[in-house]
Amino acid sequence: MSSEIPSFRVNGIITLEDLKKYGLLPPEERLKRGPVAIAECPEKIPCNICVDACPSGAISMESIIELPVIDWEKCTGCSLCVSLCPGLAIFVVDLSPPDKALVTVPHEFIPVPQRGDEVILLSREGKRLGKGKVVRVYERNKTYAVTVEVPKEYAMEVRAIWVEKEEKNQ
Amino acid sequence: MPRYTKKDRRIWKHPILEFKRGAPVKFYFEDKEMEGFEGETIAIALYANGIDVFSWTEEGRARGAFCMIGKCSSCFMIVDGIPNVRTCRETVKPGIRVYRQRGLPTVPEITSKSETHATQKEVETDVLVIGGGPGGLAAALKAAEYGLKVLLVEDHYKLGGQLVKQTHKFFGSKDLFGGQRGFQIAEIFEKKIRENPNITVLTETLAYGIFRDLLVGLASRKDDTIYKVKAQNIVMATGAHENYLAFPGNDLPGVMGAGGAQTIMNEYGLLPGENILTIGAGNVGLIVSYQLLQAGANVKAIVEIMPQIGGWFVHAAKIRRYGVPILTRHTIKEVWGNGKVEGATIVKVDEKWTPIPGTERDIECDLVLVAVGLTPDTMLLAQAGVKMAWVPELGGLVPLRTKYNETTVPGVFIVGDASGIEEATTAIVEGWIAGLTTVTRVKGEIKAAVEEREKYVKYLEEYRKSPLLSRTREGLKKVLIESPHTSER
Repeated sequence: MSSEIPSFRVNGIITLEDLKKYGLLPPEERLKRGPVAIAECPEKIPCNICVDACPSGAISMESIIELPVIDWEKCTGCSLCVSLCPGLAIFVVDLSPPDKALVTVPHEFIPVPQRGDEVILLSREGKRLGKGKVVRVYERNKTYAVTVEVPKEYAMEVRAIWVEKEEKNQ
Repeated sequence: MPRYTKKDRRIWKHPILEFKRGAPVKFYFEDKEMEGFEGETIAIALYANGIDVFSWTEEGRARGAFCMIGKCSSCFMIVDGIPNVRTCRETVKPGIRVYRQRGLPTVPEITSKSETHATQKEVETDVLVIGGGPGGLAAALKAAEYGLKVLLVEDHYKLGGQLVKQTHKFFGSKDLFGGQRGFQIAEIFEKKIRENPNITVLTETLAYGIFRDLLVGLASRKDDTIYKVKAQNIVMATGAHENYLAFPGNDLPGVMGAGGAQTIMNEYGLLPGENILTIGAGNVGLIVSYQLLQAGANVKAIVEIMPQIGGWFVHAAKIRRYGVPILTRHTIKEVWGNGKVEGATIVKVDEKWTPIPGTERDIECDLVLVAVGLTPDTMLLAQAGVKMAWVPELGGLVPLRTKYNETTVPGVFIVGDASGIEEATTAIVEGWIAGLTTVTRVKGEIKAAVEEREKYVKYLEEYRKSPLLSRTREGLKKVLIESPHTSER
C-alpha cells in the first residue's frame, strides 16, 4: 500500500521526475529560450484560478479538478500566475542568460525584498543554496513575485527566498 | 527566525494583515489593573498581558486557551460577579473586574436588574439563520435577495465565522471567491448583509434551544433580550469544534487547538507562541503552521501519525520550503513543562500505529498545536428532531439531508461544517442552495431560483469529484435522502 504513495505526499517535496511524469515540466529547450511558468501542482485540487490569471491564455484545464496544462509556446513567463496561484505553486524559470538563471518565486513574508537586494535562496526542503540578487519584485493581493538571479545549476532547485531581518528592527 | 513583537505578544507588523486596534481599555484582573484594546476580547487582552492560565480544575490543574471561538470551556471566568463567562467572546470593557475560576463556580446572588429582567420578544420571520459563518451568510443573503425576511443570529460580536482568521487565498474558481483570502470574503459578505434591508442581524446572541413547533429560543447578551422565534425555515450553520487528543500533559497551558492559535494570531494579532510543534499534517495543521511563520514564529516540526500528509501537497510544499520538517508516521508521546508547555516528546510509529521504543525525540517548544480534525456542532439539530447518522468521513454525528440541504424535518436546513467537515467554499455553495430552497418553500417554484439552485448543485458535484475528496463523497452517500419526508437513502 505505502509503495503506491507518491513521495511528495510523504515529505512535501516534489521531484523533477514526478513533475515530468505529471506533464508539468517544460522541455529543456524551451527553458533555454526564455522565461516560462512551471506549475508544481500534481494534485487535482478543485481550483482554476491560474486559467483566469494568465493574460496570454496559455493555461488551460479540462475541468476544475484537472491539472493545469501550460502551453509553453504561448507562455511569456510574465509571472502573473506566480502571485495569483492560491497554492503558491507556480514558479517561472529562465535559462536564457548565458552565465546564470532567473527564478521567480512567490513571497508572503516581511520584509519584502527590494530590487538589487541580496537574498537567501531556499530549496524545496528549505536548504540554503547561497545568495542571489533580486532583479524584479511585484505584488498582487499581498503575494509578491520575486525574481532572483540563481547559479544555473540551482535553477530547478531554488523555490523560495528568505530575507534576513536587520537586528535593529527587532 | 526572529519574532516581530515588542514588549508583549501583540504583532505590530504582518505581511498580510493590518491590525486596527481601538482605544486602550483599563480593566481589573484579579484586582490588578491591566490594559487591553477596544474590540479585543477579555481572553485576548489577558493573553497579550502574558496570562497563560485561564482557570484551574478543582484539584488545581491549570487550564489554558484551547478553542478561542466560544466552543470549549477553558476560558470561563467570573466577570463582574457573573461566573462561566466565555471570555473569548466577551469584549473587554473599561473597569470590568475579571477573576479566574477554580473548579465549579458558585451561582451568584442576584444583584442587578439586568440579570433578572431580560426583555422578552416574540418574532416571526421567513428564515432564521443560526450562525454567521460562510454557510450562514450565504444562505441569509440568497434568501433575502429573493425578498424573504431573514433573521441572522451569531454568537460572536462580529460576522464571518472562521473566515475572519483565514489569511490564505482560497482555491476554487474566480466567480466563487477563488483567489481571495478568507477574511476578504468575510468582508464582501458582511457588507452585502448589512446593506440588505431584508436581513436583521443579531450578533452576541446565542440560539440556546429548539422547542415544540420548532420555536427557537435566542438569548441576546447585547440587549439583554430573550427572543422566541417562529420561523418558516431554519438554516443551521453552527459550524464545528476542534478535536482533542489524549496524551500525557495534554491539559498543560500551551497545548492549543490549531484553530484557536489561528484566532489569537490572525483575528486579534497576538503571537500565540514562539516555538511551535504541530500535531497533524491535514490542511489546518499545514496552513496554520505556515501562518505562524508569517507572523514571525518558529515552527519546529509537524508530526503526522499517518504514512502520508493529510492535506494538499501544495500546502505542505509551502512550509517545507522554509525548512519545517513534516514527520509522517510520528506522533506525540507527551508534553512536559512546569505549569505550562516547555517541550514535547515525539515518537515514530510502526505500521500498526504503535510507538517504536527508542525512537523518542525531545522538542523544546512553548506551544503544541492540536490539528487532528473537527467535529460538527449539531446539538440544536438533534433537539429539532432531525434524524442523524454517525458518519466518520464527515467528522461524526451529522443529519440526513437532501441534495438541497434540507433535513428530515421539512424547513430545517443544514449547511457548512455542521453538515460534515469540508471547507468554506463548499459551505458557501451549500448556503446558497439552502437559501434558494427556502425561497421555493415560501414563494413557490420561482424559475430563477430553481435554475440558480441547480447550477450550484452541479458546481458542488464537480468540485467534490477530485480524487483526493473521495472520503467526503463516501460520507455524503451515507446521509443523502430523496426528500425531507422520507429517510430513505
